[in-house]
This record gives sequence, structure tokens and C-alpha cells, in this order.
Amino acid sequence: MLVELTVNGEWKSADCPPETTLLKFLREHLMLTGAKLGCDVGDCGTCTVIVDGESYNSCLMLAARAAGRDVTTIEGLADSQGVHPIQEAFEELGSLQCGFCGPGMIMSAKNLLDKNPTASRHEIKDALSGNLCRCTGYTKIIEAIEGAGRVMSSDKYPQSNTF
Amino acid sequence: MSRDMMPHFELIQPSDMDNAFEVLERYGEGAWKLAGGQDSYDWFKDRVKRPQAVVDLNGIEELKGIRETPEGVEIGALTTLAEIAESDLITGSFSLLAQAASRVASPQIRNVGTIGGNVCQDARCWYYRAGMDCYRAGGNTCYADTPEGMNREHCIYGADRCVAVSPSDTAPVLVALDASMVIRNSARERIVAAQDFFIGPDVNIERMTVLEPGEILTAIRIPSTWAGSTFYFEKVADRNVWDFPLVNIAAAIKMSGNTIEDIRIACAGVECVPRRLTVVEDVVRGSSRDEETADLAASSAARGAIPLNFNHFKIPLLENLVRRAIRDS
Ligand SMILES: Cc1cc2nc3c(=O)[nH]c(=O)nc-3n(C[C@H](O)[C@H](O)[C@H](O)COP(=O)(O)OP(=O)(O)OC[C@H]3O[C@@H](n4cnc5c(N)ncnc54)[C@H](O)[C@@H]3O)c2cc1C
Ligand code: SF4
Ligand code: FES
Ligand code: FES
Repeated sequence: MLVELTVNGEWKSADCPPETTLLKFLREHLMLTGAKLGCDVGDCGTCTVIVDGESYNSCLMLAARAAGRDVTTIEGLADSQGVHPIQEAFEELGSLQCGFCGPGMIMSAKNLLDKNPTASRHEIKDALSGNLCRCTGYTKIIEAIEGAGRVMSSDKYPQSNTF
Repeated sequence: MSRDMMPHFELIQPSDMDNAFEVLERYGEGAWKLAGGQDSYDWFKDRVKRPQAVVDLNGIEELKGIRETPEGVEIGALTTLAEIAESDLITGSFSLLAQAASRVASPQIRNVGTIGGNVCQDARCWYYRAGMDCYRAGGNTCYADTPEGMNREHCIYGADRCVAVSPSDTAPVLVALDASMVIRNSARERIVAAQDFFIGPDVNIERMTVLEPGEILTAIRIPSTWAGSTFYFEKVADRNVWDFPLVNIAAAIKMSGNTIEDIRIACAGVECVPRRLTVVEDVVRGSSRDEETADLAASSAARGAIPLNFNHFKIPLLENLVRRAIRDS
């Protein structure tokens, strides 16, 4: 079936079997390999993407159910001009080790901070509760998101940011 | 096994009920109703269930949303758990349900998983999910109920060949709130009390609800009877996120001063259906809410339980959850 949708601001389409997950569609049909396949069953969150302003495990969603909708993946957060404040904070604090959980963590964090840039530590933990990291212990990930929140809620941060 | 792959199926996305019923009839046993898919995809990926056609109900607008009615609140079966957890109507009058919904799985799963799917989800027994040919799968043995069987998460009540439990966090809440389930097929609508919606292996070992293949759960109605009561919900799981309850408890209590005037209390994780604790209700009704009543309630909570090899812990767990529900609500 033909699936047409917006990915990171661009209209995309590809033909795929109806049983294709959004994760497979992104990775194998659109060649966007940022979202990762971890557990395959909804436990780890490394496949997290944002669809119409909510976070989903793309391994547990049919591509067909994202048709016509607006999908944001980790690839949509950086361009040649720079990276997203969350990515910057992750880099500065060395929040990741192997990095495999990163794309999902950052998408869950973005989904939270877009709605509530002044989220408390407790709210951050809640928002990340569906994302597993097997390396770090989460401390620096949470600190980075707090820092990014401060950037995103400051007057200097462009409200019309396209990221 | 290759991963993130499902066996081929036809995907049908009806936009109204008539169309959905027509498709369900056409494919009969080969049709699979799809809501959020958070239970379904697991079955498909493991190749244990291989439907011919998947009927995606998400395009049917009338199945969605939360409405106030003269009798209480009506929740469309396709409403997501996240919407329920955040709804003003629900948090205002039935915070018990909002609390349970917010404890299901993870944020990502609650954003797509529906209340209808949550109450219709299949047993989580690991032997069954792995595709073994047990009683529930149409075979003639139970792998969990053997001397070596891993049955830590299984039942302490109502064993009948199968010892699986109701895994849902919202089901006991709906029983406690005396909700009713609105069920339709192409010809008629029927209303079933939440308490009678769930069925054990003694009634039908291959199904967990009264739903027939051609039927759709369209809505859940919560009467205003228990609106704004004193509520208590607690879930104990091995892990706080994306883990099913070992035991959970949901209570709605009407207080008059310090006296428990009326109560409905139910739990999941102990029986194949959400278990209403009528003995506890009888013990505490009319008593003052204090440590003594809580102790009495606790000691009556697990009466008649028959544990398996590895789940004796569920007895004190259930007793303590009941104690807290009475004492701390
Ligand atoms: C990692 C993980 C962790 C989880 N943790 C928890 C937990 O802690 N607590 C908990 O309660 N649940 C938990 N779940 C289960 C999850 O909450 C449910 O699977 C989810 O709510 C099901 O909703 P859905 O809409 O995605 O269902 P679907 O998968 O779409 O449907 C589930 C079943 O119900 C049937 N169905 C769905 N809607 C209807 C309808 N309207 N009419 C008739 N039949 C219907 C489908 O045919 C299917 O058989 C977890 C699931 C995962 C993957
Ligand atoms: S408990 Fe039920 S589902 Fe599990 S193996 Fe036994 S019969 Fe099958
Ligand atoms: S790969 Fe999707 S949740 Fe783990
Ligand atoms: S950095 Fe390795 S999993 Fe998180």
C-alpha cells in the first residue's frame, strides 16, 4: 500500500506491505535509521518518534496509521546550521555512553519540553519512564534535559524554532 | 527469527460501524479487530496469531471520546489511556480510573493503547504468549500448573485447567465503579455489567471476555453513583513502568463522617477475571474507618485462595493492599 506522510517537515511517500511498522517504514523505506530497533515489543523506547505532537514506540505502530500525519524523528532535530538544545546539552554533559538509547531519549525529552520547557525533575523522569538506558544510570541524561529546558524557556530561544 | 516483522495480513480501515460489521462478517474468524495494537502486534510479531484481515477501528469517530451523559460518563472504547488519564471529566469525578490509566505500561504505550483494548487484552501467561499448545490455545495441558511450571504471576483463585490472570489495570476499576460495557454487532446492542464482561476458564477457556467474534465493544459507561467518592488505587509490579500488575487494587468508598457507608473493591492479578472482593465489602460496610477495620478487612481479603508453587506471596500482598485501601484511602 502507498503510505504518504510528513516526516521532519517533508512530504514523503513509499509503497510498503500493510503489516509494515512505522519503524521499519522509516528505516527501510525512507532510509531514516535514527530511530532504533531495540526490544521490538514496547519495552525500551529506543524507537520513539513524535507523531502529531505525541510520542509513540514506532515498533508498535503500523506505518499505515501514520499516513497523512506529521512525524518527527531524531533526524529532524539537527541541520547544517546546528543541533537542538537537547542534543547540545547531551553532548556537553556527556550524557550518553554507547548512544543506542539516545534517539529515543531525546525524542521523549523533546516531546516533554515542547509542551513544558520548565518541567521538574519528577516530570522529566516520568516522561522518560518508557525509555531504557543500559549504560548510563540516567543522571546525566536528566541533568541535560533540565539544562535544555532552561535554554528552551529563555527569552533568547526563538519561539518559532523550526526544530 | 527476523525482527520487527509481521506475517502478511490485509489491512482494512473502515470509517463507520456498518462498514466495520460488514468486514467482520465477511472474514469471520479470520478477522482481527485492531485498536491501539499494543497487545495485537506482539501476537503478530511472534507469529502466534495470524489473522487474514486486520480491521483497524481507529477511523470510526463515534468510538472515540469522553462524554458527560445524564447518567454519568460515557467513554468511547477507542479512547486512549493517555486521554483518560488527563481528562477533566475523569480526573474530576472518577480519579480512580485516571490513576489506573496513568499506571498502565509507559507514556508511549498510553498514547496509543485504548481503554477498549486494555479490557479486551489477552492473557499474559508466558507459555501461552510463546505459542505453546496449552489448554487456552486449544491443547490439552497447562504448562504453568506443573511442578516445574513458572507460575509466579499466575492465579490464586478460579483455576480451571488454566491458571492465567486478568492483566489489566483498568478492569478492576471498572468493576469497582460498577461500569457497564456497551457491545454491538450488526444486528443489536447489548449492555453487560463490567463484572459480567470478564469470563474465567470455567465459562470459556479460550476467551477472557463475553465478546463474540462479530461484536465490537463500543463504549464504557460509568454511572454517577460513585462519582467523587473516596478512592484508592495501588498497583504492585516488579518494575514501575511497562510492567503488568502482580496484584492491583481499586476501591470506591462512600464515607459518612468516619463511617464506611458503602464500598466496592476489586483487584486484578489474582484470578482470570478482575476479582470483586465482596467479603471485604461485607466486613467493612457500616464500620468506622480505623486500623482495626483495616486489619479485619485484610484478614478476610484472601480467604479461600489456593496458591500455586511460586505465587504464595500474592496472599500477603493482596491482604496488605486491602489493608491500605481501607486505612489510607
Ligand atoms: C510493554 C507493555 C507493557 C504493558 N503494561 C501494561 C500494564 O502495566 N498494565 C496494563 O493494564 N496493560 C499493560 N499493557 C497492555 C496494554 O495496556 C494493552 O495491551 C493496551 O491497553 C491494549 O490496548 P490497544 O488499544 O493497544 O489494544 P489492541 O492490541 O488493539 O487490542 C487488544 C485486544 O482487544 C481487542 N479489541 C480492542 N478494542 C476492541 C473493541 N473496541 N471491541 C472489541 N475488541 C477489541 C483486539 O481485537 C485485541 O484482541 C502493556 C503492553 C505492553 C506492550
Ligand atoms: S495458565 Fe492458561 S494460558 Fe498459561 S499455560 Fe496454563 S492453560 Fe495456557
Ligand atoms: S524497539 Fe520499540 S520499544 Fe523497544
Ligand atoms: S547510552 Fe547505551 S543504552 Fe543509553
